[in-house]
Amino acid sequence: MAATAFDEMNGTPDGAAPVRSAYESLRRWLDEKPGEFFDTRRSQAELFFRRVGITFAVYGDNETSERLIPFDIIPRVLTRSEWSFLERGLTQRVRALNAFLADIYGPQDCIKAGIVPGDLVYRNPHYRLEMKDVKVPHDVYVHIAGIDVVRVGENKFHVLEDNARTPSGVSYMLENREVMMRLFPELFSGHRVAPVEDYPDALLKTLRSVAPDGGGRDPVVALLTPGRYNSAYYEHSFLADKLGVELVEAGDLFVEDDVVFMRTTQGPTRVDVIYRRIDDDFLDPLVFRPDSALGVPGLMNAYRSGNVTLANAVGTGISDDKAVYTYMPEIVRFFTGEEPLLENVPTWRCREPGALSHVLANLPDLVVKEVNGSGGYGMLVGPHASRQEIEDFRRKLKHAPDNFIAQPTLSLSTCPTFVASGVAPRHVDLRPFVLSGAREVRIVPGGLTRVALKEGSLVVNSSQGGGTKDTWVLDS
Amino acid sequence: MRIRIAHETRYSYDKPARGVLQILRMTPRDHDGQHVVSWRVEPQPDGRLRPGEDSYGNICHAFETDEPVSALVLTVTGEVETHDMAGLVRGSLERVPDDFYLRATPLTESDDAIRGFAAAISRDCGTDTLAALHRLLVGLNERMVFDTNPTDSGTTAAEAFRMGRGVCQDLSHVFLSAARQLGIPARYVSGYFHRADGVSDQEAGHAWAEAKVPGIGWIGFDPANGISPTDAHVRVAVGLDYLAAAPIRGSRRGGGRETLDVRLRVDTPPARQQQGQGQRQG
Repeated sequence: MAATAFDEMNGTPDGAAPVRSAYESLRRWLDEKPGEFFDTRRSQAELFFRRVGITFAVYGDNETSERLIPFDIIPRVLTRSEWSFLERGLTQRVRALNAFLADIYGPQDCIKAGIVPGDLVYRNPHYRLEMKDVKVPHDVYVHIAGIDVVRVGENKFHVLEDNARTPSGVSYMLENREVMMRLFPELFSGHRVAPVEDYPDALLKTLRSVAPDGGGRDPVVALLTPGRYNSAYYEHSFLADKLGVELVEAGDLFVEDDVVFMRTTQGPTRVDVIYRRIDDDFLDPLVFRPDSALGVPGLMNAYRSGNVTLANAVGTGISDDKAVYTYMPEIVRFFTGEEPLLENVPTWRCREPGALSHVLANLPDLVVKEVNGSGGYGMLVGPHASRQEIEDFRRKLKHAPDNFIAQPTLSLSTCPTFVASGVAPRHVDLRPFVLSGAREVRIVPGGLTRVALKEGSLVVNSSQGGGTKDTWVLDS
Repeated sequence: MRIRIAHETRYSYDKPARGVLQILRMTPRDHDGQHVVSWRVEPQPDGRLRPGEDSYGNICHAFETDEPVSALVLTVTGEVETHDMAGLVRGSLERVPDDFYLRATPLTESDDAIRGFAAAISRDCGTDTLAALHRLLVGLNERMVFDTNPTDSGTTAAEAFRMGRGVCQDLSHVFLSAARQLGIPARYVSGYFHRADGVSDQEAGHAWAEAKVPGIGWIGFDPANGISPTDAHVRVAVGLDYLAAAPIRGSRRGGGRETLDVRLRVDTPPARQQQGQGQRQG
């Protein structure tokens, strides 16, 4: 399938077509600089990442629990007009997601109108009954969304999945840019690359805009982390630092009379907005998992009373569900009255008998995903699976078809990437970060480009051996 | 029947505990089968007790104290007038769509054994929901032995079913797991049970299940007693499982080891109140 993939630099992977204009000077740079130059820079980049300590933990991999995500120095480039289109599409999609969440936790019009089946919502463990009829400030549920986009042609982008819980990876977007600017200042003087550095500023504005009405008090924001053993702890401390807010763990917070306080050296300080990087299940042991030591007892009561804002809201995980995803085109139409600008990947819902039999008959050609899975776990990539893996999956699928969706194997676009043998095309995706505040949606131009480093591989997740690239939005 | 309840829960801490915060689901609501005549929830020491309601519609109290405490006592007293509705739940507050009660939770997740048990019932009863639920009730009562030893409040349905033992909470969880497996919305009920044998001092509150039967409505099933609830049952709170309907969920800072002591008395009040009952019925 690599043979048919769209190449971001060359249009086609064989290089027969002329280099796409946005990549012209990068191509020249790659051709002209000697191999040693790139070797040196690549090891400098690795050194940089080691020094800042940007690592992630791989679950189920005890031997090397902390790893560097490989960084590739060849940037992925989007033109300004491509980006403008993406920006409009992402804004539309995230507005629809927020409206959908406000609806299912409110009047439930989309269920009554038959847009989304009720059982899909109510039976989903991420639909939190505790949020029903709770008013969240400005009806914003997903303050920070990571929308995974794949490109399958010159002008064709699909949304692969919506991440509306606690999407991570933005620290890589920022660090990747920083290391690129240090290593290759000449590239930045020769290109008009749109800046991403104001992401922390945009995030802080977004978070402050959704603070409860504090009677004119300046809202206090804190970032709640599960702690240093979490795989994304680096990102939590990095962001708290960039935002200039306190990084807190459960033990630093307490609730009194439905008000959240943070222990500080100056005594207790009232907290207005919590950017929480803890899953719903662990937030409050009095409401969710009683064994959670990561959460704050009483937090949900404070939240439901409107005395603190949680970002993202509780219960947003329902929109990450891959079965709900299949209804996104209808959700966008229903809530925005517009045609979706960004298409979904065509998807079979295995809960529907007709779709299931099609999927079972075509497993070797399809990608099958668990509706609640993430991080590339629990999925079958048919074309790359062994006969045994396919048969194992067939059994799982027959046993609980509701738990799965299936998609055609997409030819994700490729981008030139340094590999052992030199520069070769590798498949990429893109996770832009969409910030929704009280009045506006902000998206810094770019995002996190993930690259599947194994030849032919379509799985870009870092936990499955993916790497990252800097993402450029280029003003010509 | 007029049922009188005196329920005392006493927590003692090795060292003084701070920041005690509890969510109490200990107050019943009226429905056709029960009328709450009087009810009090009294924490000791004094603190802030704020009434509210959870998303199921259960009456909740949030209880908070700031002072360090070495013991905490929650006393619940009240009287409820009950009527035998042959298990039917009518006039209850319903806030949650039926489909919600098909959801499995960690405590009620089925395993192969429970699925097999449910499948056998489904083969025998076909689409007759009521027959299937009765078969389930009787089957569980036969298969599982009431035993307070091997399980605790965190035991899952699958674990209890494997052991074939448990308390009313465990039997109810297995019932919910199997009923949901059969596609029947089912929920957990926490409450009280008045014993017919004259024994009024009990070790713990009671729990049973309710299932939604098309064309009829919610019906109660008490697998620990192998019957549908009668006027001996006082219904307090509902939820997806024990955790959602738990009478007390609490937290504290410090305090060291905790000792729990429960005194529960469920009886019929003396004659003066009995008269009241006569008047009501007349």
